Amino acid sequence: MALALNVNGTSYTVDVEPETPLLWVLRDNIGLTGTKYGCGIARCGFCTVHIDGQATKSCQTKVSAAVGTRVTTIEGLSPNSTHPVQVAWIEHSVPQCGYCQSGQIMAAAALLAKRARPTDAEIDEAMADNLCRCGTYIRIRQAIHRAAELNAR
Amino acid sequence: MNQINVTRREFIITSAGAAGGLAIGVFLAPVANAAVVNPMPWQSPNDKEGLELSQWIVIDPSGIITVVQPHAEMGQGAMTSTAMMLNEELQADWKMIRVQYADANRHVLNNELWVTMASGGSNVVKARHPHIMQAGASARERLKEAAAQTWGVPRTEVTAKDSILTAGNRRGTYAEFATRAAGIKLAEEPKRKTPEQFTFLGTSVPRLDVPLKVNGEAKYAHDIRLPRMVYAAVYANPVPWGGSPKFDFNAIKNRPGVLAAVELKAVAGKRGIADLQNGVAVVADTYYRAKTALDLMPIEWDYGPNAAMSNQTLFDTAYKKLGEKGAVRKDDPAALAAIAAAPADKKVGGDFHRPYEAHARAEPITTTVDIKADGTVDVYVGAQNPPAVMTAVVEQLGIDPKNCFVRRQFLGCGFGSSSGTFAAKQAAQVAKEVGRPVKLIWSREEDIRNSKHAPAYAARFEAAIGADGLPTAIFTRTFGANSSDNTITDMPYEIALRHHERHSDLETAHIPITTHRAPGTGLVGFASEQFIDDLARKGGWNPLEWRLAMTKSKRDYQIVLNALKAKAGYRMDLPRGEGMGVAVVESHGTIAGAVATVTVSRRGQLRVEKMVLALDSGHVINPLNATEQVEGSVVFGLAHLMGGGLEFQKGMVANSNFDTYRLLRIGDMPTVEVHFALSGGEKWGGLGEPGVPPTAPSVANAIFAATGKRVRSTPLTLHDLSWA
Repeated sequence: MALALNVNGTSYTVDVEPETPLLWVLRDNIGLTGTKYGCGIARCGFCTVHIDGQATKSCQTKVSAAVGTRVTTIEGLSPNSTHPVQVAWIEHSVPQCGYCQSGQIMAAAALLAKRARPTDAEIDEAMADNLCRCGTYIRIRQAIHRAAELNAR
Repeated sequence: MNQINVTRREFIITSAGAAGGLAIGVFLAPVANAAVVNPMPWQSPNDKEGLELSQWIVIDPSGIITVVQPHAEMGQGAMTSTAMMLNEELQADWKMIRVQYADANRHVLNNELWVTMASGGSNVVKARHPHIMQAGASARERLKEAAAQTWGVPRTEVTAKDSILTAGNRRGTYAEFATRAAGIKLAEEPKRKTPEQFTFLGTSVPRLDVPLKVNGEAKYAHDIRLPRMVYAAVYANPVPWGGSPKFDFNAIKNRPGVLAAVELKAVAGKRGIADLQNGVAVVADTYYRAKTALDLMPIEWDYGPNAAMSNQTLFDTAYKKLGEKGAVRKDDPAALAAIAAAPADKKVGGDFHRPYEAHARAEPITTTVDIKADGTVDVYVGAQNPPAVMTAVVEQLGIDPKNCFVRRQFLGCGFGSSSGTFAAKQAAQVAKEVGRPVKLIWSREEDIRNSKHAPAYAARFEAAIGADGLPTAIFTRTFGANSSDNTITDMPYEIALRHHERHSDLETAHIPITTHRAPGTGLVGFASEQFIDDLARKGGWNPLEWRLAMTKSKRDYQIVLNALKAKAGYRMDLPRGEGMGVAVVESHGTIAGAVATVTVSRRGQLRVEKMVLALDSGHVINPLNATEQVEGSVVFGLAHLMGGGLEFQKGMVANSNFDTYRLLRIGDMPTVEVHFALSGGEKWGGLGEPGVPPTAPSVANAIFAATGKRVRSTPLTLHDLSWA
C-alpha cells in the first residue's frame, strides 16, 4: 500500500503494509538509520522520533498513523548538530557507545520544547523510557540542564 | 604485566609500504578543530592512498595523519585512547589526527601485525600502551632521522613538535619528510617516555567519536545497507543445543516480501561459543517482514535433554555442591581446624549466589555477510575480536582466509557479548543459501534468550575471629563456570590461615557462556565483600578501618582506602532506614573502592543516593573518559544488582525483553563521585570495568546497615527489604 510521509521536511512515498512500525520504514525503506531498534515494545526509547513535535516511540507507531504528520528524526533535528541539546551533549561528553543517544536526544529535545527549565524530577520522568546501557544518565541530566540554559540565551 | 616483549618487526615499515601498498583508506575530513574519526571507520568515503610509515601510521601529503588502530570502539573510548597514546610519542598536530580501524585480514595474514585486535578485559590502555607508544616513538624518530639526513645534521639536533621538524633555522613538516622516513630503519628502537615525561597523556581530551554520536552519523553493524541486501530474522532453539526445528515455510511463504526460510544446523560434537546451534532464519526484503513472518511460522522444537533445567535446579545443585568437598585451590588443613575449633561467637559464615545474566548490549546482535561474485566475503560487524569473526566465517563457508574481510563498525556496547561469533556464522550460512547479501538481526527477545550468558555463581564462606576481632582463618568454596574467582584465592586481606575450594559448574555446562563487564570479579566481589562486612562487624570493627588494618603491607590498597576514607564520609551511626556500605575489589590491574549511601523505606523501597569511588589504575591517560567509564561501571553494577537476573524455566530463558529483564533507568541513578588515587610507577590498570565489582557489594552492605538484612543473591527485585 502506497503511503505518503513527511520526514524531516522531505516527502516520501513508501509501499508497505500500513501496520508496519514507522521505525522500520524509516530505517529499511527510507534509509534513515540514525533511529535505532532496541526492543520493539517501546521499553528502551532508542527509536524515539518526533511526530508533530511530540516524542514518540517509532517501534510502536504504525506507519499509517504517521501519514499527514511531520516526522522528525535525529538526522532532521538540526543542520550541523546545532540544536542546543546536541551542543550540550557534546559539551558534557554524553555518548559512550552512542547507540541509544539518538533516542535520548530526541526525547530531551521534546521535553525542552514543553518545559523550558525542567527539574531533575521532570527530567527523570520524561526520560524514564530511555534506557542507556553504557550508563550515561548523570551526563544526560547535566546536559539537559545545560541545553535549557543554552535555549534561554 | 608490563614485561611485554616489543619486537622490532612490529614497528618497522614493510618494504611495500612506502607507497601504493596501502590497503587502508584515509578519511579526509574538512580540517576540524579536533581530531576526528570516520563515521564508518573501516570504509572511508574518500579512500585514498597515503604514505604508510608503519602499520599504525599513515601520513597524507596534506598533513593529515591517520592512526590505524586495532581496537574496537564500543563506548569505552578506544579510538581516542589509542590516538592519544600514540601521539604522546609522535608529537603530531592533534587537530590533524584521524583514527581508523585496522584491517583484520591483514592482521591475520601477516603474523598478527597489530599483536592483538582483541578488545576486552579493560586491556586497551593497560596492556597495549607499550606497543602503541612504541609505534609513535619509532615513527617520530624516523621522521627526525629523515630530516637529519636531508639537512646533514645529527638526529639529536632535530626536534619534533606539532607535526613540525626543526633544527636550527631549518624547518619542515612531517608530511614533507614522510617519504624519506618510510625508507629508514632505525639501528635501535627509541626508548618510550616515562610517565613523568608525558605532556599530553593525563589531560582531559574530548572523545573523538562523540560528535558522530549526536546526529545519527555514526554507523553500527545495525545500520549497514548494501545493494540487493535482504534481511534475516532468526530463532535458535531456546534450549541450548536442543534439536532441529520442524517448521512450515508454506504457511508464510506468500506473505509480502518473504523470500526463504533457512535451517541452521548445529554440527555434532561442536559446542564452542561460535558454533551454530539448531535454528531457523526467515529471509525477506525488510526486517519487519522477516521478523513478522518468523513469528507467524509454525515451528516445533525438539528441546533435547536439557529441557528440565531451571534456576531452581541450578541453585539446588549449587548449594548441594557447596556442601561437598571441591577441587582444592589452596590447601590449608590448619585453616579448617581453626574454624572448626572456634566458639560460635568467634565464627562467621555465609552463602551467596547470583544467576546467569544477559549482556543486553544496546545494539542487538547484528551481522551482515556479503558473498561477492569475485569470491571474496565481506562481514559487516561490530566485533570485539574481529579475527575470531573472520575465523568463524572462514570455517562456516569453507573459504580461504585471504578472501574474508571484516568490515568493522562502531559497537552498540560490548560487554564481551560481541566476542561471540555465532551470529556471523548464522549470517554467512543464510547469505550462502539465498545468494544475496544478508543482514541478520537478532530480535531483542533472541538477544536476551541467546546471548551466551555471563555465568551463574555461588559461594560459601567461613572464618574464625581472633582476640583482636580480626580473622585468623578463612575457608571458601565456590560453584560456577566462572573461571576467574582468583579474587578469592588472591584476596588482599592478610589472613594467616586460608583454605580455598571450588566446583566448576558441570550441571549447567550446556549453557554457552562468555564474558561480561567485569564478569568474574563482579560475581566474587558481590559475595566476598559482603562476607568481609559481616566479618568486620562481628569482630567489632568499622568495615572501612578493618580493610585498612587488613591490607597494611599493600601500599596501593592503602592509597585507595585512605582516599575513600577522606572523600566518602563513611559512617555507621545513621538512623535506621539509612545506611552506608563499603567495598573494595581489584580487577583488571586496578583497585576500586566504593562507598554507597542508601535509604530504604519501611516498606522496603530502596534508593541508592550516592556512590563515591576511589580507584588506583596506576595512571590515567584521559581523566574525562576515565571518569565516564567509572560512572558507566557503577550503572552496570547497579543494573545487575537491582534488576537483570536471567530466570531459566524448562531449560530456556523465561525473561523476554526489557519488560522482564529490567535494567537501570535514569530515575534510579544516584549521584556518583569518582576519585583517582594513583600509585603511579610501573602499574597500568584498566578502567573500563573495575568500577563494576565494588558497586553491588557496597550497596548491599549499605542495605545491611540500613535494614539489618543481608543481600545473599541478586536481583533485588526478588528480595523483601522492608523493616519495622
